[in-house]
Parts: sequence; C-alpha cells; structure tokens
Amino acid sequence: MSVQLSDLPKGAQAVVHTVEDAHPDDLIARRLRDLGFVEGESVRVVARAPLGGDPMLVQVGYTRFALRRNEASRVRVKDEVTA
Amino acid sequence: MNAASLRIALVGNPNCGKTALFNLLTGSRQKVANYAGVTVERKEGRILAPSGRNYQLLDLPGAYSFDAASPDEAITRDICSGAHPDEEAPDLIVCVADATNLRLHLRFVLEVLRLGRPVVLALNMMDAARRRGIHIDTEELERRLGVPVVETVAVHRHGAKALIEHIETREPESAARAGAVDDDRDLHQQVRELIAAAVQVPPMASRIDDAIDRWVLHPVFGLAILGVLMFFIFQAVFSWAEPLMNGIDAGVSGLGAWVSGLLPAHSALHSLVQDGIFGGLGTVLVFLPQILILFLFILVLEESGYLPRAAFLLDRLMFKAGLTGRAFIPLLSSFACAIPGIMATRSISDPRDRLTTILVAPLMTCSARLPVYTLLIAAFIPKHSVLGVFNLQGLVLFALYFAGILSALAVAYVMKHLRRDKSEHALLMELPAYRFPHVRDVAFGLWQRVKIFLRRVGGIILSLTVLLWFLSSFPAPPPGATGPAIDYSLAGRLGHALHHVFAPIGFNWQICIALIPGLAAREVAVSALGTVYAMSGTDDAVASHLGVLIAHQWSLATALSLLAWYVFAPQCMSTLAVIRRETNSWRNVALAAGYLFGLAYVASLITYQIARLFT
Repeated sequence: MSVQLSDLPKGAQAVVHTVEDAHPDDLIARRLRDLGFVEGESVRVVARAPLGGDPMLVQVGYTRFALRRNEASRVRVKDEVTA
Repeated sequence: MNAASLRIALVGNPNCGKTALFNLLTGSRQKVANYAGVTVERKEGRILAPSGRNYQLLDLPGAYSFDAASPDEAITRDICSGAHPDEEAPDLIVCVADATNLRLHLRFVLEVLRLGRPVVLALNMMDAARRRGIHIDTEELERRLGVPVVETVAVHRHGAKALIEHIETREPESAARAGAVDDDRDLHQQVRELIAAAVQVPPMASRIDDAIDRWVLHPVFGLAILGVLMFFIFQAVFSWAEPLMNGIDAGVSGLGAWVSGLLPAHSALHSLVQDGIFGGLGTVLVFLPQILILFLFILVLEESGYLPRAAFLLDRLMFKAGLTGRAFIPLLSSFACAIPGIMATRSISDPRDRLTTILVAPLMTCSARLPVYTLLIAAFIPKHSVLGVFNLQGLVLFALYFAGILSALAVAYVMKHLRRDKSEHALLMELPAYRFPHVRDVAFGLWQRVKIFLRRVGGIILSLTVLLWFLSSFPAPPPGATGPAIDYSLAGRLGHALHHVFAPIGFNWQICIALIPGLAAREVAVSALGTVYAMSGTDDAVASHLGVLIAHQWSLATALSLLAWYVFAPQCMSTLAVIRRETNSWRNVALAAGYLFGLAYVASLITYQIARLFT
C-alpha cells in the first residue's frame, strides 16, 4: 500500500515506491527521478513550512530538497514500518 | 596542440563547491560576462600553474542533469557535448563532486562520462568528508569509472594541488581514454553499485544540520529568526552606510568643484563638468556603500546555506502571489535600490519566475524615494500622535512602504492570471548543508558585483545624467531673464508641456519640471525642485527651506498625490536600463515603464480627487 509523499507528517520516514507523471512528458517528475527519488531510496520529512506545511523539506540520501505539495504528491512512498 | 591553450571546463551539481574551487584555481584572474543572447553568467579564468604554463578555465553553471530544466543547465549541456554554437567543447572536463554527497553527485558524473570526452573527477570537500567519517576508496572509484580521480579541498590554500598536478602531467592519450561506463543501464543503479564498492558512510552524518534546522525552519521560531535577521540587515544597510555615503557625496562634489574650478566660471563646460559629470558620478557612487553592505550580508547568508532556508519559509506566501520563495532576496535588496535587486534575480533559475520578480522589484520602496518622502511628510503631515504611541508622520511613512509591498504582490498576482503560460513551475530547491562562509569567496563575490554595478550601470547612469544636464541647461535664459534658468531650457519647456498631462493629478508646472532631472535618480527631484524655486545651498538647506515654501504654495491634495506617485515612481532610468540588461529585451522595459506609469497616474489621480473633496 503506497501513499503520497505529500501526505506524510513531519519526521516521517518512508521508502520511495515510484514517481508518477502528472501528465505526459512531465519534466518535474523526470527531475525528481534525476534527483534521486527512485524506487528503494529512503526519504524523511525533515520540516514543513509555516502556514499549512507547504512546501515540505524532504531528505533523500544526504540531500535535502524543498518540495511544494504538488511536486511531492508525484512521489509514491511506502511506510517504512508497514513496508 | 600546445598545452598552453588547453581549455578546461568545471562542471558539477549546484552546491558542490565548484565556484570556490574556481576561485582557488584562478585567483583574481577571472572575467565575468554573459553567454551570447542569454543572461546566464559566463565565468572564465586562467590557471597559472607552477610550471609557468597557462590554462583557460571555464566555470560552467551548476547542473543536476543534462535533461535541462533551466537555461543554465542547457548551457552546461551544450558546451560539454560540443553542441553550443559559439563555444568550443572543452579539451578537458573537470567534473566536481561533493565528497559528502556522492549519492546525488555521482549520477551527474556518470552522465558527463557518457559523453565520452576526457574527464577528471575532482572529489571536493574531502576534509568535510573525513571529518564526518566518510571513507572513499579513490583507486576503486578510478578503476570502476575509468577516469582519474583527484581529491580537492577548495577552502584550503593548497587544496587544488593534486588537481593542478594532474592537469600538468596528464598525457593526452590517457585523457582520451573512454569512460568504462555502461551506456544503457540505469544511472541510479550504477551509482548504488559504485557507492557499495568504494564508499563507506557512517549513519547520521547530518546531526548538526538537523539541530540547526530544527530552529531555523521551525514554523514560529524560524519566522522570528528571519524577521530579526532582516531587521538587523536593514539597520546595517541604512545606518552603517550613511557616514560612507556622506563622505562619498562630499568627496565627489569637492573633487568636482576643484576640477571645474580650473575651467572658466559660468561657462557651459564648467557646468557640464560640475553638474553633469561629477553630479552624475555622485548619484552613482553614493549608493555604493549600501549596495556593498547589502551584498556582503547576502553573500554571507548565501555561502552559509541560510538563503534557501529563507526561501523555504516564505515560499507559500510568495507562491500565492504568483512569485517564488527565491524572489525574497532580490525583493529585499530592492529596498536599498532596485538595481542590485534586479541583479540578484540571477539566483532564480526559472525564467518566468525571474521575469515576474524583475518587473515587481521597482515597487519596493528604494532608499532614493526617502528624500522625497521626508520632504513631503515633514511639510504636510502634522506631528500628531495617534493612539498615544504612534506618530502620524511615522505612520504615513510606514503606510507608503506597505503600499509598495502590497502593490508588488498585487501586480505579481495579476500577472500570474494574465500570462499565457500557466504550466506548473517547480520549486524543487536543494537546501545545502550549513557551512562557514569563506572569506575569499565572499570577497570575490563582492568584488564582482561591485564591478558589474560600476561598469554596466555606471556608464548608463553617467550618460543619462549628462543628457539630462544638457536638457536642463540649454537653451540658456535670454539676457535680463527673471525666472530660474531651468524654466527656459528644453527640460523647462517639456515640464510646461507635461503640465497638461499632470494637471488632473494636481501637479503644478514646477513639479513637472523637477520630474525630468528626477529621471536620473529619484532623489534628484528634490534638488531639482530647489532649482526651480531658485534656491541655492546644500541639499539639506534647500530641503528645509523648500519644505516651508511648498507647505505654503501647494495644496495638501497635491502633496498627497505626489506621495502616491512616488510609491510607483516609474521614472528611474537606471532601473529601466538594468531591466534591459538583465532581460535582454526592450519589450520588458516598455512593459515595466508602462505599467508603473499607469499605476502611478491612477493612484495619484484617485488620491488627488479624493483629497480635494475633503480639503
């Protein structure tokens, strides 16, 4: 059972399942994959911005990326505990 | 081919320490320009090797991938692959990777290797990697990648020794060795294998960053820290710069007086040198201290890794208004002066976000508007206290600043809805690890910005001031004329002609004339008003007499209308010139000037007509 990365609370850890294209030829999805959001990679929600938690700060590998909700919703993750 | 003309290019991910390495390798032997047709910075330098040989070094824009997402990345891709129309492919590519972040950076290294060009891999920040207990087997990496691997520490004086030695001793055949990289397999899979074979990383290598980010990115404390920091920077920009600005002002006008004293008094040449050239030079140089202090702070914040954090905190707010979190710093800079603000938009890689930011930057209340605000507020707004704590004058000043910010957000919002390209543009911003800013890199950054400011902007401002001097001085008044000299000049006639346009918003002909020299820099309008009302003396004396005079002659409605005009104040030629420089388009200049003028006129019209009803 996979969920969207954008739905994870601050501090949550998960493993990337896949990055879905929001539309054909989705540059943003391609860029997410280039940046290391690929299957099996573990991610952690480091922080969420003030006023609604958007954007969120996600650590993948040793790098932290600020992702807006729409960007993060392309990433499907599996909960580390339940996976 | 002879080794002296060897062309080397530095490529790597953003935040790999590439620019620090470039500074270390080239020292002060650097040249910054733009690539033809785009506003992507082209940094070139020379390496002076111990052997006495010279190498050309090109610092290519940072890229995450050759699947380019910005003009910067497209430049890097085209030059590395030899597809760029004006730039030749480099003879040697130095691929820089952050040794503490190989999981991300090796993927791009593999992309570069796939080009099949001569590559050497520089593992940068090796000192930080060792401190964190990261062990890298460079021989194994060399063997698997099929290219030489050297270690560098860009922040140490001798940190690039191994790299230079390699460049000096490399044999042309060995460089041509094709990378032992598999072209078809998934890059991420290959990176994982490389790391498993050659890199040992202890768990929890980012504990310090976690601790800092817990506070800095906290929804409440984070915003509070940002607020305090911005307040401090503002204070510094305005209070530290003031003595320097006064010094420059006095120095330049003193020098002008001395030089023009050598020329026949009351001649056109005398006036050109004193009022045109030195007056113009003064208006350019007087902003230099503010710009220096502001850029010093911005560079330190940028080098330390804080800036992207500020962008993270404010992204939501700015995104709703049609901007991006990254626009925060350029807009903040614009409170000192829109010119460095617009120059700072280079950090926004997305062209659409960058253009929106450039177009709204002039709405931030720059310090050149302050003399005008001060004059009008002192003359027309009574010093009432409001609710016992606030001063009405202070409140009006605050309202004027606030009006600028609100209108910038509103304009960005309207542009968001008007533009045809409504596609999603990503934030996808890396927040790099915190690090101590290095003096050399901050100094180089500062020096480059000052050079850009003086060379590109200075020339434009200077020629415009000379032109405006000409307009305000010719033709000379006829013998026996009684009015102020400027009244008889071209500028004076233009002012009278403009009066028809500006009468509905309450401007008298004196204001209209003053607006013309005010084209050079907004605050010049104050001394121009002094000229029109035929007053002489120092600027401060003129301002205080002028205040009394206009308080009697102008209606309150006219004063309020002029204040509203200056919130938008489209008449700063230097800003328009920088917009031309930074966007490469006259269309954007026309757009900016047009909408600012329209807003200024409408705001003044409404203010004037409403104020007249009540006074």
